[in-house]
Amino acid sequence: MAFFLETLFGGLMAGMLYSLVALGFVLIFKASGVFNFAQGAMVLVAALAMARFSEWFPMWFGFENMFLANLLAFAAATVFMFLLAWLIERLVLRHLVNQEGVTLLMATLGITYFIDGFGQTIFGSDIYKIDVGMPKEPIFVLDSIFEGGVLVNQEDVVAAVIAALLVAALSLFFQKTATGRALRAVADDHQAAQSIGIPLNRIWVIVWCVAGITALVAGIIWGSKLGVQFSLTTVALRALPVIILGGLTSVPGAIIGGLIIGVGEKLSEVYLGPLVGGGIEIWFAYMLALVFLLFRPQGLFGEKIIDRV
Amino acid sequence: MSKKIGDVILDVQHISLRFGGVKALTDISFNVREHEVRAIIGPNGAGKSSMLNCINGVYTPTEGSIMFRGQTFSHMNSRQVAEMGIARTFQNLALFKGMSVIDNIMTGRNLRIKSNLFLQALRVGPAQAEEERHREFVEHIIDFLEIQAHRKTPVGQLPYGLQKRVDLGRALAMEPQVLLLDEPMAGMNLEEKQDMSRFILDVNDEFGTTIVLIEHDMGVVMDISDRVVVLDYGKKIGDGTPDEVRNNEEVIQAYLGTSH
Repeated sequence: MAFFLETLFGGLMAGMLYSLVALGFVLIFKASGVFNFAQGAMVLVAALAMARFSEWFPMWFGFENMFLANLLAFAAATVFMFLLAWLIERLVLRHLVNQEGVTLLMATLGITYFIDGFGQTIFGSDIYKIDVGMPKEPIFVLDSIFEGGVLVNQEDVVAAVIAALLVAALSLFFQKTATGRALRAVADDHQAAQSIGIPLNRIWVIVWCVAGITALVAGIIWGSKLGVQFSLTTVALRALPVIILGGLTSVPGAIIGGLIIGVGEKLSEVYLGPLVGGGIEIWFAYMLALVFLLFRPQGLFGEKIIDRV
Repeated sequence: MSKKIGDVILDVQHISLRFGGVKALTDISFNVREHEVRAIIGPNGAGKSSMLNCINGVYTPTEGSIMFRGQTFSHMNSRQVAEMGIARTFQNLALFKGMSVIDNIMTGRNLRIKSNLFLQALRVGPAQAEEERHREFVEHIIDFLEIQAHRKTPVGQLPYGLQKRVDLGRALAMEPQVLLLDEPMAGMNLEEKQDMSRFILDVNDEFGTTIVLIEHDMGVVMDISDRVVVLDYGKKIGDGTPDEVRNNEEVIQAYLGTSH
């Protein structure tokens, strides 16, 4: 039982991390109808910025304090992501107003390659580390109930709390503010949004800024776990099944989808793995996504698309 | 009619619009007076929607200018137009389908919401009061358009006629001085048309909103308009009261064809 709980916890925590990346996708899709292929690249570049700034600042300004360095690096990385968002709007999206979704998707594909290359040009392409002082050593809980207790990774718990806070803040922003309403309006119809005076360009910058922040948070957490390296972009591929499961337009869907996939992966690996020779973890998420696409294409929480004939 | 028609509020001066070699509009001039219902009619492809899109800032006229409340523009963008107090509805519905009726209409208040983003998110202090004030206004519009029962329904699920009302409601929420209606009655049955006509006249009466409307249905137009512009093949062929237009030789030919 204790082993089961341990696996479950591990799965939940991994799922939370998938959710963080999936959130970035959902935000941009919800607010602009664009499926942003570049989300993975944004996670990488954000993590790179964070890692390098926290390394450079103490060097440039000659101080030792790690906390200060991280704080400054976080601020600088945020500014960097905002700048990136602004540039993307200025140079790419602004010229594609009122275009088909597929055109915008292709544009983000281009943006992906650009960000990948550009980020590694300025920040370097080695493996870097982020150390924001997340507690590393595992703790044992519930040892009064189970013999030996259940092993929980503190780092994962911190990550989960941060993710939960982020989601709460985003939900408030989308549901309760006039800007959030404007964002949803733009997602539905560019032209109508313009006609009632919603400034499309500013809205897009805001969305990409928010997605940039999400990417930064995801990048920091993933980066401090796995190290900052190019393979972080593939984390985005892990998030795709999550949004298919949760629904492309649902913030809670991204969270729950992530949890289901995280838990499913770990449990199936541990309990079904031995039967088929292991390796389930790698394809489990995609298999689940496929099943969902067949039977419930809008995902668990997505909007059902009803077309009038 | 007892309502007082004021001075010229919108003056379209020698507008031409070309797409490559296609002349959508050629040298069109007409004006709109405050508080009147002004119709633009014409057969298919006459350039009615193009005209509206020029006023609304979606298209930039190739030549000519538009005067609104004393200021002359050769080009406007959609946001400027909205800020100056010109709202529009769409021929092919352009609503925010995933959002509820209330939220759709609330977006029309967007330009007027001034409070800080963070205060809004937390629903505190002046932001809360402001949201309530706008909400009250929107409820008023919903009552006016008689769609109370559907307030929380996602717009995409409403029947066509009601969606048209929501479209009108969103435009009204902007408290526009001039309301541009692009075929507000297209695809409606007789009863829906009568309802819509009544709403348009009521808006005109109660709020004093100036209305520019494009319509296909001659009968409806003649009933509710003060003055009518007739376009055909991008040119203006008639302008005047419904009666004058009805007896205009060129207009009759355009609509009924010439006998050969």
